[in-house]
Amino acid sequence: MDTLIAQLQRRFCDFTISLYHQGFLDDQFTELKKLQDECSPDFVAEVVTLFFEDCEKLISNMARALDQTGNVDFKLVGSSVHQLKGSSSSVGAKRVKGLCVTLKECCDSQNYEGCVRCLQQVDIEYKTLKAKLQDLFNLEQQIVQAGGRIPQVDI
Amino acid sequence: MTRDQVAEELPNLAESKLTALVVDDSFVNQTIHQKLLNRLGIKNDVVTNGKEAVDVYCSGGNYDLILMDMDMPIMNGIQATKRLREMGIESKIAGVTTRANEGEKKEFMEAGLNDFQEKPLTISKLLSILHKLNFYVQT
Repeated sequence: MDTLIAQLQRRFCDFTISLYHQGFLDDQFTELKKLQDECSPDFVAEVVTLFFEDCEKLISNMARALDQTGNVDFKLVGSSVHQLKGSSSSVGAKRVKGLCVTLKECCDSQNYEGCVRCLQQVDIEYKTLKAKLQDLFNLEQQIVQAGGRIPQVDI
Repeated sequence: MTRDQVAEELPNLAESKLTALVVDDSFVNQTIHQKLLNRLGIKNDVVTNGKEAVDVYCSGGNYDLILMDMDMPIMNGIQATKRLREMGIESKIAGVTTRANEGEKKEFMEAGLNDFQEKPLTISKLLSILHKLNFYVQT
């Protein structure tokens, strides 16, 4: 019979693999994990926290700009989405980054409806990723608290 | 890459006491770039835009390597690179940006960069910068 640790480790591996296969994460997230070490054991969690703060701030800026119907500052929206695209790329948030690319295109062509729709999707997507990563970090904590080691997952 | 693997790749890096300046307005990128540099044993500082980078040098600061973002408020990477070169600064400057079209890359290189890497930076890309800029001496 599997021990609790083995069960948790298997859940962790399966969940991690699913995040990559479903396109939530890409190789850059793997690169971040490589940088986590005994000197900075919470490095990944710290970086993704900064990323989610970026999401909140930049999405709010863009929503405010798009609210000025008839007088939308598409340059401001464009610059905010460029920043968000950059930070999503840096943490490996693949779906968020993809939506930022689409949003940028809508912005460049001053497609108001497209921008509004896309921004809503970005908002949903980052919140979904945030919840999933929280689940992943919770699993890690449970493994450590049970006395186990967090397994290396080969994607 | 572990510290041992880095030491194998760049045997003289630990003894070289290199310093670097991270110039980027994104907290996410600042954190990642600093961690990458720390992993390679490179002492580093961070500023949030090109003007702060220029001010650091005007106040007598000096670094072996500058990792320069392109898009920043107040003074962007192209303007900052030009200004530093006009001041006679010879530090190696590596441009790091998500903008990858040839025109933008050319404009950034012509401002005075020594190298260019597309973000996001990784250990391999940073090692590539260090190799290209001869910060690594083969024993």
